[in-house]
Amino acid sequence: MPVTVSMTVNGKEVSGEVEPRTLLVQFIRENLRLTGTHVGCDTSQCGACVVHINGTSVKSCTTLAVQTEGAEVNTIESLATDGELHPMQEAFRQNHGLQCGFCTPGMVMSAVDLVKENSDPSEQEIREWLEGNICRCTGYHNIVKSIKAGAEAMRG
Amino acid sequence: MTSEGIGASVRRKEDHRFLTGNGNYLDDINRSSQAYASFVRSPHAHAKINGIDTSGAESMPGVLAVFTGQDLADDGIGPLICGWLIKSKNGDDHKAPAHPALAVDTVRYVGDAVAIVIADTLEQARDGAEQVNVDFQELLAVALPVDAMRDDAPQVHEDAPGNLCYDWEIGEKADTDAAFDAAAHITSMEIVNNRLIPNAVEPRAAIGEYQPGSESFTLYTTSQNPHVTRLVLSAFNQVAPEHKLRVVAPDVGGGFGSKIFIYAEETVCLWASRKVNRPVKWTAARSESFQTDAHGRDHVTKAELALDADGKFTGLRVNTVANMGAYLSTFATCVPTYLYATLLAGQYTTPAIYCDVQAVFTHTTPVDAYRGAGRPEATFVVERLVEQAAKELGTDPAELRRKNMIAADAFPYQTPVIQQYDCGDYPRALDEALNRADYAGFAKRKTDAESRGKKRGIGFSSYIEACGIAPSAAVGALGGGVGLWESGHLRFNPTGSVTIFTGSHSHGQGHETTFAQIVASRLGVPVENIEVVHGDTDKVLFGMGTYGSRSAAVGGSALCKAADKIIEKGRKIAAHILEASEDDIEFADGNFTVAGTDKSMNIGEVAFAAYVPHNYPEDLEPGLNESAFYDPLNFSFPAGTHICEVEIDPNTGSVEIMNYTAVDDFGTVINPMIVEGQVHGGVAQGVGQALLEGCVYDGAGQLVTGSFMDYTMPRADNVPSIDVGMTEVPTPLNPLGVKGCGEAGAIAAPAATINAVVDALWDMGVRSVPMPATASNVWQSIQSAAQAAE
Repeated sequence: MPVTVSMTVNGKEVSGEVEPRTLLVQFIRENLRLTGTHVGCDTSQCGACVVHINGTSVKSCTTLAVQTEGAEVNTIESLATDGELHPMQEAFRQNHGLQCGFCTPGMVMSAVDLVKENSDPSEQEIREWLEGNICRCTGYHNIVKSIKAGAEAMRG
Repeated sequence: MTSEGIGASVRRKEDHRFLTGNGNYLDDINRSSQAYASFVRSPHAHAKINGIDTSGAESMPGVLAVFTGQDLADDGIGPLICGWLIKSKNGDDHKAPAHPALAVDTVRYVGDAVAIVIADTLEQARDGAEQVNVDFQELLAVALPVDAMRDDAPQVHEDAPGNLCYDWEIGEKADTDAAFDAAAHITSMEIVNNRLIPNAVEPRAAIGEYQPGSESFTLYTTSQNPHVTRLVLSAFNQVAPEHKLRVVAPDVGGGFGSKIFIYAEETVCLWASRKVNRPVKWTAARSESFQTDAHGRDHVTKAELALDADGKFTGLRVNTVANMGAYLSTFATCVPTYLYATLLAGQYTTPAIYCDVQAVFTHTTPVDAYRGAGRPEATFVVERLVEQAAKELGTDPAELRRKNMIAADAFPYQTPVIQQYDCGDYPRALDEALNRADYAGFAKRKTDAESRGKKRGIGFSSYIEACGIAPSAAVGALGGGVGLWESGHLRFNPTGSVTIFTGSHSHGQGHETTFAQIVASRLGVPVENIEVVHGDTDKVLFGMGTYGSRSAAVGGSALCKAADKIIEKGRKIAAHILEASEDDIEFADGNFTVAGTDKSMNIGEVAFAAYVPHNYPEDLEPGLNESAFYDPLNFSFPAGTHICEVEIDPNTGSVEIMNYTAVDDFGTVINPMIVEGQVHGGVAQGVGQALLEGCVYDGAGQLVTGSFMDYTMPRADNVPSIDVGMTEVPTPLNPLGVKGCGEAGAIAAPAATINAVVDALWDMGVRSVPMPATASNVWQSIQSAAQAAE
C-alpha cells in the first residue's frame, strides 16, 4: 500500500509515492533518478550508499524513505557548485583517490562528514573513520592521502 | 617527456563524472518499458530437480513470465562454455560436462539458478520468485577437492568419474627426480592457497533488450570484455547471430577477473527479452554475488625444492589439486595450468622443474581467474619454499635469492616451463627494496619490538609474472580457443581532435587517460583533444578486453601501430601540400616538417586537409582514420621484490603490518600515479588474502561466508600505507616497452606477508601459518608449536 513521503533533497523539495518498505537509496535512485548514490551490498557494510541526512553521514540502504520525512537529504550530486568541484572532490582527483569510481560517492560523502567532525584528522583517524566504506580498487592509500588534502583545503 | 606524454602523472579525465555522481553504471541505466528479473536459486549444494511448479508465480501480480532450463533447451540455447582445452597426461581432453544456464534436472551448488521470474517491478519479481515451487530431492554433496577425490565421494557429474576434470603435467619429471636424488638439501611444504571471493563493489548486472523492428538484440552487461561476450553468446549460446547483437559494457565498478566470464544471468536475460518483448533488467544482490561470481584460487599443493651444497636451486617438484567448482567457468581450466605452472621458475635459474595438477569438481561455485589468476598461487609456492629453505639452511633469505636469480645479462632466458623471459634486472629490484625497507635496521627494530612484548618479522617475495596475455599462436597451441590480440582505431576528426576506439575496457584502470597519453606522445595532439571510446561493440571494431594486465601492453601497442599508420599517411599528405618529397618529411611533436626548412604543417591541419581534399595526392583516399590489430610477440614479465614487516601480539595472535615496500619493474611507465594506484590496490587484495579473506563451505556445501558479515574485506584500517618504487627495464617486445602492472601487487603480497608472519614466530617454533592468518589462526599456530615442543 503506497504512502506519500516528502523531504528536501539537494536543496529541492521533493515528494513521491513509495511502499513503506522502500529504502531511502531506492527512493533516491529510482524516484528521484539521482543515480550517484550506489548500492554495493545487502548487509550495510560497504558504504557506497552514504548520503547526508540533516548534515550527518548515514547509510541510505539502512534507512527507509519514510524515515526521512521532512528531513534534509544531501547526495553526492549536491557537492559540486556551478560545475566547480567541492574541495574534497578536487582532492580525490588530484591524489588519485578513485579507480572504478563505484565506492567514490559514498567515500567522498563520508569524508566530508569526517572533516566536519574533525577538521585535521590524522592518518589513523581517517582509516578508522572509513571502517564503514569498502573500496576494492585503491587499497585506500590514495583515499587517505586525498582526505588529508581535502581536509586541508576545507580548512581554507 | 612532456607534461602529458609517457611518464607524466596526468590527472584522470574520467574522474569528473565519477566524483560528481554522474557515472553510467549498469544499474543506473533504465530502458523504456523495462521489466525486472529475479532468479530462483538452489538452496542445496546438490539435488535432483523432480519438478518445477511455476503456476503460483505466474499468477502473482505483475509477473510477465517464468522460465526454466527446459524453456531454454526448447529454444536451442546452448550451455555456458569453457574456452580452453587442457589435455591430461594420458592424452584425454579435459572433462567438460554441460553447464546449462538454468539447471534442468540437477543443481550442483548453492546458488545454481533454476528459474527466472520476470515482472513489472523488482519487488513483484522477487515476490514472484518466492512462489516458484521447486521439488528438490537433496543428494549428498562434497565441497573439498580432497574429499571429492575419495572413492566413495558423491559424483558431481556423471561424465567426470572420480570428480576429475583433468590430470595435467608440465616439465621434465626424470630430470627433476634426478635433481632430488642428488640434492644436498630438500625443503618440503604443504601449501594451501585459500579460496577467495572477488567482491568488486559494483555487483554484476545486465539488461537484455530485443528490438522487434530490426530483429536485433542489445545486451548491457557489467563485462570486462563485451566483444568476447558477444562472440560467445552468438556462436556458442546461439542467443542471437553476431551481426544482430550489440553488447555494451558501460562504466563498470571493478572487475578483477570476475566480470570476464559469460554467466547464466546475462545469457538468460538477453534470451528472455525476446520472449516477453520487453527489456529485462537484473542486478545481483550482494549475497547473490557471493554465490555466483566466479571464486578464485583454492589450490592444495605439495611442493619441494632441491638445493645443492652451495645453496643453488637444482630442482622444483610440485603437485597441486585445484578446485574447479561445480561447473567449468569460461577460462577455468587454464588458470591452474598454463597461468600457474609456467611461472614456477620464478626469478631463479632452477634447471629442473616438474609440476602436475589435478583439477577437481566439487559442489561449490565455479572457480576461475581472480586478480593474478594462477600467478599468485605460483609465487606463493616458490617464495614460501625459498624463505623456508633459507631458514632451514641458516642463510639470509635475501642472499639466498640473490645467489639464484637470473643475471641481468642472461636474457632472453628460457625457463624449463615454457616461458621465455624477455628482460629484467632482479638483483637491482632486490637491492632497491632492501634499501627502501631499511633491511639493515631490521634486527634493531625486532629487538625493540621484543622489549614491548611483540614479535616482529620480515618477509620477502621476489615475484615474476607473465601478463599481457598473449601471442595468439602460443595460446592456441596450449589449448586456448581464442586469439589474444587487441585492436586500436584512431579517428581524426576534421577539426583536429582524435577519437580512440579501443578493444580494451576500463573498469578502474584509467585508460581514458593513459591511452590518450600514448596517442598524445605519438601524434602530438593534446590530451584534452583526445576522446577514448570503449565498451560498445557497435562503436569499437572488435576487441578481446581487459584482464591479465594486458591493456597497456597489447591495447596500447595496437594504438601505437595505428598511430604509425596515421603518421605514414600524414607524411604523404604533408609532402603533397608542402611540395616536398615524402622522404624529406620529418614528423615530431605533432608537426610534419620539410627537413632542413621551416616549412611545416601541424597534424591538425593535415587532418583537415584529409577531409577537405582540395589540394591532395591523386592516388590517396581522403580521410585520416586508421586501425590496427596487434598480436603480442610474447607475454610480458613484470617482476620485482616486495618486503613486508609485521608485528604480532603473541597473546592474541593479531598481526599488524608495520611497513610494506614494493619495488617493481613494469617496463615503461605511462602514468606513474595510476601505476602506483594499481600496486596499492593489488597489494591490498594480496594482504586481504594473507590476513583476512577466506571463502568457507561447510561439509554439506553450504556457503558459510555468504555476505560481508562473514567474509572479511580489507578496510582502510587493515591495509598499510605502501612504499612503491619502480625499476624500469623496458621490454623490447612491444612498441611501448610496457610490461603491465595491474596484478603484480596481488601476486607478490601474500608470500611477503606470510613470510613475515612466519619469520616473526619462528623462534616460538612456528613453521607455517595458514591463510588467512587471522588472529585466531595465528594464535592457534603458536599453541600448536608450543605443544609440539613439549
